[in-house]
Amino acid sequence: MRPKIARLGGVLAVGVALTVGLAACGGGDSGSTGGGDSAAPTTLKIGFMGDLSGENSGIVIPPSNGAQLAVDEYNATNPKVKLEMIKYDSRADPTTAVNLAQQAIKSDKVVAMVGPAFSGESKQAVPVLEEAKIPNISASATNVDLAKNGWKYWHRVVPNDGVQGPAIADFIAGAAAAKNVFVVDDKSEYGKGLGDAVRAQLKTKGATVTDDALDPAATDYSSTVNKVAAAKPDAIFFGGYYAAAGKLIKQLRDKGVDAKFFSADGSLDKGIIESAGAAQAEGVLIGCPCRIPTSAETDEKVKKFATDYKAKFGADPLIYATEGYDAMTAFTKAIAGGATTADAINEAVGKSDFDGISKHIKFDPTGEPSAKSIYMYQVKDGQIGLLGDTTTAKLG
Amino acid sequence: MFDNLLGSFWPYTIDGLILGAIYGLVALGYTMVYGVLRLINFAHSEIFMIGTMASAFVVMTLGITTPLTGFALVGGLLLMVLVGGFASAGSAMLLERIAYRPLRKRGASRLAALISAIGASLFLQELFALVLIPHVFNRPQQGRNQMGVARIMEKDTLFTFGGAQIRVDQVLIFVAAIGMMVLLDLLVNRTKIGRGIRATSQDPETAVLMGVDIDKIVRMTFLIGGLMAGVAGALFVLQFEVTKFSIGFLLGIKAFTAAVLGGIGNLRGALLGGLFLGLIENYGAAVFGSGWKDVIAFTVLVLVLMFRPTGILGESLQQARA
Repeated sequence: MRPKIARLGGVLAVGVALTVGLAACGGGDSGSTGGGDSAAPTTLKIGFMGDLSGENSGIVIPPSNGAQLAVDEYNATNPKVKLEMIKYDSRADPTTAVNLAQQAIKSDKVVAMVGPAFSGESKQAVPVLEEAKIPNISASATNVDLAKNGWKYWHRVVPNDGVQGPAIADFIAGAAAAKNVFVVDDKSEYGKGLGDAVRAQLKTKGATVTDDALDPAATDYSSTVNKVAAAKPDAIFFGGYYAAAGKLIKQLRDKGVDAKFFSADGSLDKGIIESAGAAQAEGVLIGCPCRIPTSAETDEKVKKFATDYKAKFGADPLIYATEGYDAMTAFTKAIAGGATTADAINEAVGKSDFDGISKHIKFDPTGEPSAKSIYMYQVKDGQIGLLGDTTTAKLG
Repeated sequence: MFDNLLGSFWPYTIDGLILGAIYGLVALGYTMVYGVLRLINFAHSEIFMIGTMASAFVVMTLGITTPLTGFALVGGLLLMVLVGGFASAGSAMLLERIAYRPLRKRGASRLAALISAIGASLFLQELFALVLIPHVFNRPQQGRNQMGVARIMEKDTLFTFGGAQIRVDQVLIFVAAIGMMVLLDLLVNRTKIGRGIRATSQDPETAVLMGVDIDKIVRMTFLIGGLMAGVAGALFVLQFEVTKFSIGFLLGIKAFTAAVLGGIGNLRGALLGGLFLGLIENYGAAVFGSGWKDVIAFTVLVLVLMFRPTGILGESLQQARA
């Protein structure tokens, strides 16, 4: 027994040493001023952080590609200062994100960062970037509270959940003319926040709201489905991610519930069609603060972006691809304008005022985008197509 | 508060029974292994997952895109159930050979076997997430995401009953699950192998003296438990048309709960516990909202165990006689 215990002790000791070491790393960065201080470098590094290989990589790889495209286009103009994009795969884990942020600041000496992609990791990793004075722009973090931290180096190019929920609710009560709405959420910070926003706005519009919640990890939603069937709603809204949305749609349709089904950006993924089945997903409506190029695109600039993107990555630009491109473009424009230090870049980004692919890019002092359009998408013939801005879109 | 439950009592009941039958099938594996080895096989949830994957693989390999009818449907369903059942049974036996038998032979503590079970469980999940789903199933996007499975049979309503529509697939799943359990009950109570299983669970040492080959009995136990989980997996895919590398986790916990609820080590208890849990979950969800489903199920578990520590039917395998 003794050798075993000794070995176990050894393992523990190593573990403790590692933990202490990491903690020391974490504490040691307070005095650093961030990279980009050296005199006129010819190549600057910009980071991209997000879940590039985990469960939610489907909504992070497109913005990463979009950002890469912006860097490549910038470098192709043969500028004095070239750019290099470094990817940091946080797997949406806040601890990993913090460690990677420190790595980016200390060893890679990035001057700017696109990301972190999600709200949870942003909450933890942005303070690290803030302290090192590294400007960062998220292409997809939509939690309302992020803008309330007084961060000076943080920006985002998507409107927050406080804009999205009410806009979708207005569409449900307006264009879809629903009087009796069933709102389901997945109990997550994102899903419940969004569900509550939709519930509140629907009530101000005079609609009857019934609600329920489900567990996204479960597969059987029959109790929720039975509740919906009993309530006989005109429309159903689900606040949550596409995997659960798909299962819910399938089980609702199989029970013969054919009320219009709405969801939001977390569900804007082809996976919703895959898990619901093409026939069941037909007609499903999904709101999003994002602007995705579709096959029936009419805007020339968006069309060109989609063609370039497809030529480079061999895939259609999906969710947040245009936003990733716009976030990086804010940096490339700042650098093209002569800013080479993190501070100068941050100042120039704060003054951004240009027409991006997804929207007009301009930030208010808290880092929020000034343009707040929410778009409505609909599943048609097994494809997700753009219906239009929620304030003007009509249901066919 | 109770309007909802009373208003749609039958729909909640039917759905609860179907899910409960699947819980019961999986619970059998936990209960049998516990009865024979006094070991909670925590990798059993992955055996169930393998069953869902194997039957999903059948649907994919057959290239089914539209629901089948007639003989093709019967053949397809049988193939799903058989492949799912045998894949799980095979994996369960392999699991026993690799993760449990070496420990048992060296007289390791039950705690060691428990850790081994958790390790095997993680290994199997990652094997599917990293290797089998992306490369063998050829679905690189679905490694850690859920994988949709094409509809194999049309889900027509057979009849309506008290406001609940009863669908063909639901009847099929319920009948198949109960049928499997009846067969198992007969096997354990009426055959020589069954007698061996009962003897081993009563008193392994004496069973050996009476000429029972324990290794064989243990193998059979894992085989039968795996087979049941595999069939449950196939029925699950038929019902929900979806699977995932971690699909076994939640269902495994529920099935284990069902086994404890009915009385761990007790075969009929597993069925009863499964149906009971399925119903309680749905009734609870109807009254308090679906978000409370698990809270209610586990509160009931605690209450039952407080007053009947051995579960509803109590005691172990040896007393589950006809």
